[in-house]
Amino acid sequence: MNAINYGQLLQLAWPEIIVTVAALIALAADLLFSRRSALRTRFLVAATVASLGCIAAIFKLLPGSSEGILLGGVFLSNPATHLVQIALLVIAILTLFLSVDSTFTDHVGEFVLLILLATTGMMFLVASQDLLVIFISLELLSLSVYILAGFDKRSPRSAEAALKYFLFGGMSAAFMLFGFSLLYGFSNSTNLIQIARAIQAGPLNPLVILAIVTTVIGFGFKIAAAPFHFWAPDVYQGAPTPSAAFIASGSKVASFFIFFQVLAIGFAGAEGSATLHHFQSGWVPVIVTVAVASMLLGNLVAITQTSLRRLLAYSAVAHAGYMLLAYVAHSEQSLAALLYYVATYALATLGIFGILTVTEKQLGNDKISDLAGLSRRAPFLSACLFIFVLSLAGIPPLSGFFAKFLLFTSVLAVSPGSKLLIGLIIFAIGMSAVSLYYYLRVLKSAFVADPPAEATPLQSPVLLQLVVGLLAAGVVALGCAPDLILNQILKVIQASGL
Amino acid sequence: MLAWTIYISFLGALALLLLPSRSTALIRGLALLTSLVTFAITLTAFLQHRSGEMFTVVDYPWISSMGIHFSLKADGISLTLLLLTGVIGVCGVLFSWNVDHRIKEFFAFYLVLIGAVYGVFLSFDLFLLFVFYEIVVIPKYFLIAIWGSTRREYAAMKLVLYSFIGSAMVLVGLIAAYVVSGSNSMSLGDLAGYHYSPHFQMWAFPLVFVGFGVLAGLWPFHTWAPTGHVAAPTAASMLLAGVVMKLGAYGCLRVAMTLFPLGLAPWGFHVLGLGSWRDVFAVLAVIGIVYGALVALVQKDFKFVIGYSSISHMGFILLGLMTLNQIGLSGAVVQMVSHGILAGLLFAVVGRMVYSRTHTRDLPALGPMHLSKVLPFAAFTFVIAGMASMGLPGFSGFAAELMILIGVWHSYPTLILFVGIGLIAGVAYIWRAMQQAFFAGAPALATPPEHPLPPITFPEKLGAAILICSSVIVGTFPQIFLNVIHPALNSPLFQGLRNGGW
Repeated sequence: MNAINYGQLLQLAWPEIIVTVAALIALAADLLFSRRSALRTRFLVAATVASLGCIAAIFKLLPGSSEGILLGGVFLSNPATHLVQIALLVIAILTLFLSVDSTFTDHVGEFVLLILLATTGMMFLVASQDLLVIFISLELLSLSVYILAGFDKRSPRSAEAALKYFLFGGMSAAFMLFGFSLLYGFSNSTNLIQIARAIQAGPLNPLVILAIVTTVIGFGFKIAAAPFHFWAPDVYQGAPTPSAAFIASGSKVASFFIFFQVLAIGFAGAEGSATLHHFQSGWVPVIVTVAVASMLLGNLVAITQTSLRRLLAYSAVAHAGYMLLAYVAHSEQSLAALLYYVATYALATLGIFGILTVTEKQLGNDKISDLAGLSRRAPFLSACLFIFVLSLAGIPPLSGFFAKFLLFTSVLAVSPGSKLLIGLIIFAIGMSAVSLYYYLRVLKSAFVADPPAEATPLQSPVLLQLVVGLLAAGVVALGCAPDLILNQILKVIQASGL
Repeated sequence: MLAWTIYISFLGALALLLLPSRSTALIRGLALLTSLVTFAITLTAFLQHRSGEMFTVVDYPWISSMGIHFSLKADGISLTLLLLTGVIGVCGVLFSWNVDHRIKEFFAFYLVLIGAVYGVFLSFDLFLLFVFYEIVVIPKYFLIAIWGSTRREYAAMKLVLYSFIGSAMVLVGLIAAYVVSGSNSMSLGDLAGYHYSPHFQMWAFPLVFVGFGVLAGLWPFHTWAPTGHVAAPTAASMLLAGVVMKLGAYGCLRVAMTLFPLGLAPWGFHVLGLGSWRDVFAVLAVIGIVYGALVALVQKDFKFVIGYSSISHMGFILLGLMTLNQIGLSGAVVQMVSHGILAGLLFAVVGRMVYSRTHTRDLPALGPMHLSKVLPFAAFTFVIAGMASMGLPGFSGFAAELMILIGVWHSYPTLILFVGIGLIAGVAYIWRAMQQAFFAGAPALATPPEHPLPPITFPEKLGAAILICSSVIVGTFPQIFLNVIHPALNSPLFQGLRNGGW
């Protein structure tokens, strides 16, 4: 192994360093200077400091920044990782500003610190092709979000959510580590490319199959795919709104990206085949099973939910199912479609949680039926809710529709004649028709039902309206003009040779 | 210029949302103005393009990496249907003059719906067509769920789910067609020129045809239509039956049949005497004609009579498409226009003139009200619309159905008998509804009701007059439309279909 070049490491890891330093400054500023100020001011100061850090990191990541590979893949820096990292930073900034008006805690500095540490974890996560570093950054991310889920100390629900998240998470991490250890034992390396070489050298080893299954369990937990989704409804419901928003958006983006890398690079050669006539063990049949289970369970269970947050959790399971189809195809196009999908999905989900911060504070809970008449009590927020929900349902011209179209097209394009792929796509499109039912229930409550007799207009903070409005504009703009980011995504994927 | 029909409708909807909700007159005026302007544009375009050949309205690259264009083109068929949309759009506003509950949102949804319908008829890129086709779904839901009557939330959800499942089938077919052709273009012209394998067409054709057929009221996927029409507010019923169902029929002709003409070819074996998808859909269409008419004959709810009559009339359109000869296909297009006008008129009478005054649509309850004396204009309009709907010469229904019947005579002589039954039942249900609703009580016993019904207003009279005139024009001079429809059917787009059998 080559000697490590610390100068290069420092240069490539600048963005992560900036974010970490910003986190510490935000913490220090909050503890030292603004402890006595009003809660909102403290949030505002901390969020501004943290966002400045994130923005500085984004500038470091813009096209034209330095690229390189350290130690054969322990740490990568290429256009694709840059793009994903920028997306993660943008999500972090939006989450911070969504939390400015919340009152669930007075540990403002710690909250902001944890958000940024989780972001750092995600940035390292997407920038590595080495099992050890992947595992360590995943733990940094996970530990931060476990605490974030339980951050509302006054709410037993929040504590329950955090405990559940932690227990399930710990178990899945154990599975993943077990799989990784098998892979290391099998290939004598923690590097994904080396592992793939070892796998391709001979016929498929049963150990590799075991490793595939445990790895899928580990990542399946992070992306909330069925049947590893049990934490999702409780965490979505119990966690403080900004934490839930962050878990539902940022951590999904990072996990989907790295999961794709692990499968497509690390297990290259062990794809197998899921068609009935030539069944072959490998990770494609596993992913197909998980995808179908997620689509089916997510969509059917979401129908019966009465709480908007739980509905979002189950719909997240369903969306994970759709996105897993990109893995089945594992082509350049499908990776691009996956990134587009998960980014637009994150925007819509963040937006809905942003609206929930207002409605929950004033209506007391997140029951769908309590949104009755929202369109007359908060016209602007309901208009945004309309956009987000229909985007999740996949109605054009919103970005959720184009994401689905792109995803399904790219999946089928891998082999147009494949009965398996066309079958999966028919299933997925059929399931998204089912999903329209429960999404429309949310809108029915907000737009069709009459508000309660004594209802007054809701107070929504200006900053929050601004952030939610920006998100809605993003969802519409990306749907009407997908070229805005699609070409960029395709370009960076080609440039990075993924 | 035609592209502005779409932009103006959407901009009008946006402008409405910005108006204060108290200024109802302004809101109505703006909605009427918007629909009038779009109607004027379609009329001008119709008069300008007398040749009926396809011309490009706009064409910009949209999503470059997938070869998708923002491409709007029109030919004789789309011009005819655009004109229909324009007429129905104006009349729908006129017949909604009495809406005052959340009026701003009502007309905003209404205009979005109209704009999206224009979009579907104009799109030449299949991705764009699908985008507009889906946009249509959402305003329909809210129009029915918020402003509807009988079981409105159930009906709205049912309608939306049916439409969405139909469009899901279309989407699968379009994605498959796009990927299989490998041409990196979603243009209808490019894809229709690609020779898909017969095996592929055999499953893709029924998928896409049924997908669009759901919206066209294809039996047995029609059940959303009567419940939806009945629950919808008058303007929404008019749009639903008048133009939205036509979107389905238009999609069948324009997309399913041009993309996959070989899907209509014989299978090479027979099941229950049916030898091809063409036979299957022709039989389903005839079942729709007869079934719709017979069910309409026994309804107690006045609006259900009209709802089921729509199924019957839409059956004629689908049957016309399956004849695959020029006269049958042109008849189908003329029937789309004819049914659009007449369904609009019938729903206007039942929903606006009668129901919003009497608050009942129960035929036995309407009888004793002596509506022919109390609302003579409503009775007069219904008689005219009923005559036209039965197919009396001089009205649009006659011209259209005659052409379809001649087409059927050439292709499926045995089916004529069943179509005849449908026609007779058609006379019977209109007659029965007319008699029970308007002329039931003995005139001598007529006493003035305790609460006199408000008289028919000017906007209603104007709307009814426009629709009746349109029907008479189509009925007496169908040549105006045939002159543009024939060149469109003979264009290269329908080449594959012509080679396929007609």
